Amino acid sequence: MADNPPREGQPDSTTHILPAPFTTSSLTPMTQGAEALVYKTVFLTPTTPCILKYRPPKPYRHPILDRRLTKARLLAEARVLVRARKEGVPVPAVLGGDWDAGWLALEFIEGRTVRAVLDAWVEGWKNRSREGESVEGEAEMKEFMHRIGHAVGRLHECGIVHGDLTTSNLMVRPSATSHSTSSGVLEQGELDGEIVLIDFGLAVQSTRQTQEEDRAVDLYVLERAFAATHPWAEKMFKEVLEAYKKSYKGAGGSLKKLEGVRLRGRKRSMLG
Amino acid sequence: MAHVHTFCLPHYDQYPVHVALFRNLSNAAFLRSQLLEANPAFDYAFLDADMIVSPNHLKSACFHALHHTMTNTLKARTPHSELVFRLHPNNNIGEAYRKFGIADTTSKLIAVKLALSPDVTKDQVADHLGAVVQGDSVPIGDDAAELAMHTDLKKVKTVYKLNEKKTSANPTTDESERKELEAVILGIMTVKGS
Ligand SMILES: Nc1ncnc2c1ncn2[C@@H]1O[C@H](COP(=O)(O)OP(=O)(O)O)[C@@H](O)[C@H]1O
Ligand SMILES: [Mg+2]
Repeated sequence: MADNPPREGQPDSTTHILPAPFTTSSLTPMTQGAEALVYKTVFLTPTTPCILKYRPPKPYRHPILDRRLTKARLLAEARVLVRARKEGVPVPAVLGGDWDAGWLALEFIEGRTVRAVLDAWVEGWKNRSREGESVEGEAEMKEFMHRIGHAVGRLHECGIVHGDLTTSNLMVRPSATSHSTSSGVLEQGELDGEIVLIDFGLAVQSTRQTQEEDRAVDLYVLERAFAATHPWAEKMFKEVLEAYKKSYKGAGGSLKKLEGVRLRGRKRSMLG
Repeated sequence: MAHVHTFCLPHYDQYPVHVALFRNLSNAAFLRSQLLEANPAFDYAFLDADMIVSPNHLKSACFHALHHTMTNTLKARTPHSELVFRLHPNNNIGEAYRKFGIADTTSKLIAVKLALSPDVTKDQVADHLGAVVQGDSVPIGDDAAELAMHTDLKKVKTVYKLNEKKTSANPTTDESERKELEAVILGIMTVKGS
């Protein structure tokens, strides 16, 4: 896939020495998060794309503690993903991993993040409204929001709380027939794709006592992410909640808690 | 000579994997006894083809076996027994052999040989298996689809405890159900025992 070998002076993701068996492979760096380096490569067959998440050792931490923490976190991420997939929640499959070495190989999800899709939509919408047209395609957008709400509901239904539910951690996988490009333009039919939840690095199997509250925080984080995109996206968020409400039995309780979570969030931001 | 299919796993492509499939196997008990005696000439993973869901299912077991060999973290005695062990969802090696390994009654066999040293060649594996396995050797095509021709889905689901579970996006075709099953199983194999 990638053919650029690690070179000096590039960002960390290209200069890090990867663990076996990836040490000599050439991988495509995707992003560098706070905890993990993310690469695209292939796994099991030369034509099966995969995402490799590698948590390198932290030099400032005691090595034994560091290895223990890395192992616990990676394993937690992998376990939650396997559990979710078993329950039919749309998440990447776990293809392989080595907790002691700090890596996890995940199914590669084609398509774009919801964040990119919303940004592209807002761009297009601005252009359209300048031309004085009505908000065409609003029905499709509502339907898209419903699918997001439903996917989050399915996750919560099986007792999993995501922990970092931003629009960058939701992806839209185009249906097999449509072709999506990585340009900023929203392609015809791109909203039709399946919503897939990614990045379970902070996810937990929630316990009964705190479950509703934890779910409400997931919803609140997502709501803030929508609000940060555009006032229009913020307005659309009620459609997400609408579908969420219908997606599983306990949804009502979590939505009630959301009120309180919002209030506390506002208080905190007023205090600065 | 038996038909042998050879593949290389990305990132471990310096260790090819040789695979052969047999139908109408008639000397399963003999083959199993050679494993039990740890006869060094029979250093293979002999699997019941019933239990393999897809080519990637087998490839995943091969990847884990190679990886644990190369990182000196084998839980089983040899790389080939590690391969059998890695297929099973829990940490019991004996049970892994009972569920995934050859039994005296096995009639469809998948034989796997990890080429961990350069003197293990395709021809040598084909010759040896052709001589010792009594059964019909089945040619395996490029996509290795033949490896999943004999799956007993019910048995597989029981072993991985996937019985009453619904799967993603309500798979509508056999093929999508199979893909979904594979996705879940690869995950189970990866997190097992840790
Ligand atoms: N399974 C995947 N398929 C496709 N892209 C992915 C996948 N996982 C992660 N990515 C891409 O890499 C980015 C970072 O990965 P993520 O798991 O969110 O790690 P981080 O903890 O660094 O945020 C994502 O925003 C997405 O663009
Ligand atoms: Mg992320």
